[in-house]
Amino acid sequence: MQLINVEQLCRYYGDQCAVDNVSFTLEKGEILGFLGPNGAGKSSTMQMITGNLAPTAGQILINGIDILDQPREAKRELGYLPEIPPVYRELTVNEYLDYAGQLHEVPRSQLKKSRDQARERCGLTEVGERLIGNLSKGYQQRVGIAQAILHSPAVIILDEPTVGLDPIQIREIRDLIRDLGREHAIILSTHILPEVQESCTRVQIIHRGRLVLNDSIEGLSQQMQASSLLLQTRRAIEIDRLTDVPGVQSVDQIDPTRCRIHYDKTTSPAEHLAERVVTLGFGLLELTPERRSMEEIFIDITRHSQTPTTEVNP
Amino acid sequence: MMSLVIAGRELRTLFLSPLAWSILGVIQLILGYMFLAQLEYYSMMQARIAGMEDAPGVTDMLVAPLFGNAGVILMLVTPLLTMRLISEERRNKTLSLLFTAPVSMTEIVLGKYLGIVGFMLVMVGMIVLMPLSLLAGGGLDLGKLAACTLALILLLGGFSALGLYLSALTAQPTVAAVTTFGALLLLWIVDWLGSAAGQAGNVLEYLSMLRHYESLLKGLVSTADLAYFILFIATFLVLSAHRLDNDRLQK
Repeated sequence: MQLINVEQLCRYYGDQCAVDNVSFTLEKGEILGFLGPNGAGKSSTMQMITGNLAPTAGQILINGIDILDQPREAKRELGYLPEIPPVYRELTVNEYLDYAGQLHEVPRSQLKKSRDQARERCGLTEVGERLIGNLSKGYQQRVGIAQAILHSPAVIILDEPTVGLDPIQIREIRDLIRDLGREHAIILSTHILPEVQESCTRVQIIHRGRLVLNDSIEGLSQQMQASSLLLQTRRAIEIDRLTDVPGVQSVDQIDPTRCRIHYDKTTSPAEHLAERVVTLGFGLLELTPERRSMEEIFIDITRHSQTPTTEVNP
Repeated sequence: MMSLVIAGRELRTLFLSPLAWSILGVIQLILGYMFLAQLEYYSMMQARIAGMEDAPGVTDMLVAPLFGNAGVILMLVTPLLTMRLISEERRNKTLSLLFTAPVSMTEIVLGKYLGIVGFMLVMVGMIVLMPLSLLAGGGLDLGKLAACTLALILLLGGFSALGLYLSALTAQPTVAAVTTFGALLLLWIVDWLGSAAGQAGNVLEYLSMLRHYESLLKGLVSTADLAYFILFIATFLVLSAHRLDNDRLQK
């Protein structure tokens, strides 16, 4: 069941293109991590999906309903936490959540129940009667999240949900997101890469308004898998004698006793390499597969996409 | 009705701030003082006008001036009440809560408007209590009082609609307040050129809020004056909804 279907979404601010031809779909039970440097177009895309910003071109379907043609019906299925939580400082948490519930057409009889449930899920049970203005930034953020999930919408969109939270709260919110992800489709944007690895099932990298990567977390992990080995020996390595080991593509010398060996992704030459090094008597100290961190992939992709890239399809 | 939900929150927020209470208190104090002064003046004049033919009654002498004064004073106060309506939500980025909810722009504008009109009605109610207190000791032309009340409600409705629109134009409440006050004052005095401007003078006179207000205060409920206020309110509400929609179209 496709809950979000975005097709060829474009947005211009004057002459400046903020979002350029972005298309993707999201199904129930998926948590999509939206990554990108500042000003990449993450927030603009999210604002368009939630009907806060009109797209210059393109189509957005929420649960099969076009948000431009039938905004009221489509918005019923939406919960949105913007970058700055839209909370009224002069209201108490309970008053505010009741108001948000009423706006989202939660029936009066269920209002208290869904409010209490949202409060419990976001760890707000203790602060129900406190003024939002007197709460810390982290708690205000939680009130914002509670507001987005209160009416249990099919699609939840969170713009940097863990900003301003302490590490313990971050872990709680991640658990909450994973928990919510079972029944809803979730999009969350973030700068924090491990967050995507921990809580998302899919990842998209957006750069300069373009979607430069759209992959599952497994796919991304595969990308992160090494295609190089790090070799350290006691004596100096003669590189020429390693290049003909089956599977080895190239060898870079880092210093006399260390080198990096690049190989074809499919088969690791580690076994043969170890044998060779031992026979040659270099004195094998270390042979480790290298893992690319998510940061490296991210930087790699965003740097490469300076030059126009081809469309990436799911 | 979503508008009522929004209006309810608007009213509650108003009464949570000391602003609304202090405005209600100050207005009541000043108008009460004016009313008492007028009452004193009336009891002085009573003997003298008693012999006159077609003498003005107590309602003409007391109620119409009271509502006239209320109109001017509330012109000063309305910008303070309407300035925050939309500009503050835009500034605090809380508008996206409304934009994400299944609520149309018209409902948002209507909700905000009803909220502020609700507050205005409380104020009118408190002002009307003053002439009503005279019933304890004498008679009152209730028809004329009703006309005056209607006039004040329509006037405040007009003030609020204009204030709402100017609040929708900006993200700075103070800017909204200054422009609202300027626009209201201009609409109040726009007929000063009336007699000098000849043909155009008629248009200026028609535009003046004061003219329509005064003719209603005389107890003359004419369709032309009612239409003026209703058109005035409707125009600015429609403009506000359009302006709010612009937030979505471009930023």
